[in-house]
Amino acid sequence: MSNSQTIPASASPTASSATTGHLAFAPAVFWQWLAGPVWLLAALVTWKLPDRDDFPDTGQFAFLLFAVGLCLLALTAIGRLRERAPWALVLGLGLGAWEVMQAKFLLLPRPFFGTPQDLLDVFLTDWKRLGDSLLHSLLLLVIGYVSGSVLGIITGVALGRSHHIRYWVRPIMRLIGPLPPVALLPLTFVIFPSTRLAGEVLMALAAGFPVAVLTWSGVSAVDHAYYDVARTMGAGDRFLVLRVALPAATPQIFVGLFMGLGASFAMLVVAEMLGVKSGLGFYMQWAQGWAAYPNMYAALIVMSLMCTTLMTLLFKLRDHCLKWQKNGLKW
Amino acid sequence: MVTSSQPVPPLGLTLSHLSHSYEMPSGARSVLDDVSLDVEPGEFIALIGPSGCGKSTLLRLVAGLETPDTGTLLADGASITGPDPSRIIMFQDPTLYPWRTVHSNISLGLDIRGEKNPEAVAAAIRLVGLEEFSRAWPHQLSGGMAQRVALARALINSPRMLLLDEPLGKLDSLTRLAMQTKLYRLWKSQGFTALMVTHDVEEALLLASRVIVFSPRPARILADIHVDWPEPRHREDPRLQSLRAHILEQLETGISPLATA
Repeated sequence: MSNSQTIPASASPTASSATTGHLAFAPAVFWQWLAGPVWLLAALVTWKLPDRDDFPDTGQFAFLLFAVGLCLLALTAIGRLRERAPWALVLGLGLGAWEVMQAKFLLLPRPFFGTPQDLLDVFLTDWKRLGDSLLHSLLLLVIGYVSGSVLGIITGVALGRSHHIRYWVRPIMRLIGPLPPVALLPLTFVIFPSTRLAGEVLMALAAGFPVAVLTWSGVSAVDHAYYDVARTMGAGDRFLVLRVALPAATPQIFVGLFMGLGASFAMLVVAEMLGVKSGLGFYMQWAQGWAAYPNMYAALIVMSLMCTTLMTLLFKLRDHCLKWQKNGLKW
Repeated sequence: MVTSSQPVPPLGLTLSHLSHSYEMPSGARSVLDDVSLDVEPGEFIALIGPSGCGKSTLLRLVAGLETPDTGTLLADGASITGPDPSRIIMFQDPTLYPWRTVHSNISLGLDIRGEKNPEAVAAAIRLVGLEEFSRAWPHQLSGGMAQRVALARALINSPRMLLLDEPLGKLDSLTRLAMQTKLYRLWKSQGFTALMVTHDVEEALLLASRVIVFSPRPARILADIHVDWPEPRHREDPRLQSLRAHILEQLETGISPLATA
């Protein structure tokens, strides 16, 4: 037969992309054994050197550094630290340096720059309000983003498949789409009964527009022969849309979903700072108003963790949905 | 379902006075001009003509993917109004769905009709010799393997007529020879009528029981040649060589209609 350039079926695309895409980074064993001791040293300095002022939780912070140091040593011992070692080392050095500079010698202007233990104190004492803010932000974001994305995909497919819908919807998309959703903030706060609902609508709009445009472009670009193949086997419109157009457009749809997620993050912060009376944006606004800078930093950290986690989840979803593609970006 | 022991009744075809044209920016462009053709059930017909002459359009009309401007198409006496799984078309490109594995590309026709038949899928995969690759993605296949998957995807529908639009056109010459044999054997064992567009005169004379020669666009039938010498046929056969020279001459001049041989 014609097995001229056969590739074994067992060679999974993910495995091949992992080996060809980037070479594994393997730091020397020396670095791995250094990471833990650096944290232990930082713990010792925090504990023994006297604070310049009456800071809270110095003991707890020292204990945290100590615990992390022990964990790193244990990870090194079982050989699990590997390429993470340099990062762990630098992080320990950084925290130690910050502790010495600010808590022990007060080298930076006070209210704006806190000490590590100030930040730790926020998490230890205000975790309930931070968690509650995170939950509200997540709820607002997820409801707005998911509904906007679903509507965006439906709109995009309809635009790609129907002349009538293109005729009526395209001008509206062209008028409203490029407008930054933030500009609609005052209007939506007037129209909608609650600021929360207004925030959700804006978030849906922010996510929906890029998703709709990219889905549309993806569906328009589907090879017409794909439809012919299915039609000749008796496929109806339903199959052509759901099982041919949609999967064929998936790579493009994900580009839209990523853009939409970024736009939603921006919209979330603005909505919470300007109207919605809950969430991390609101917390940050409040903290800044009371000059509670450590609280602001803490909220910033939580928000950044939330955003990166959601982004990672979207990447995982994409990798799952597009496992048939040859290779893709690793997050 | 697909089993080599269970042939389907082949489909006969009657095309009368077909004309078709496409809207172009420069105006209507006629691609078929008064084409009439009778196809007996079980024939293997090769359609030969200059490129762009409208042979592919003829296949699309028979597949029911387009409707002709004028003229009638009858499949076993019934008018062709749209696509039907009994008439499956296969293109020059495999057009496999990249998001489906080899296995689920082949089961496409079953999925569309909501049928479940793992044995049929396995049989179709065996038929084209791709058992090892059933879980592979299309981008992992060579051109010849991809075209074999497309063939299995067509055969799982137990087509009574296979419409082949230059299915071997893009394969390298060795793969092409192997695929010709495969196609010929499948035609023999599965019992479908085959209508194949090709640019390769030798291929047409090796496989087909009848060769139709078309004029340049708009396509008219220049010659209808029955190739009735017995199998196995050989490329070196002097009869094949002389007929080949004759057809090539026809294609070059493309003007004088020839009486049915």
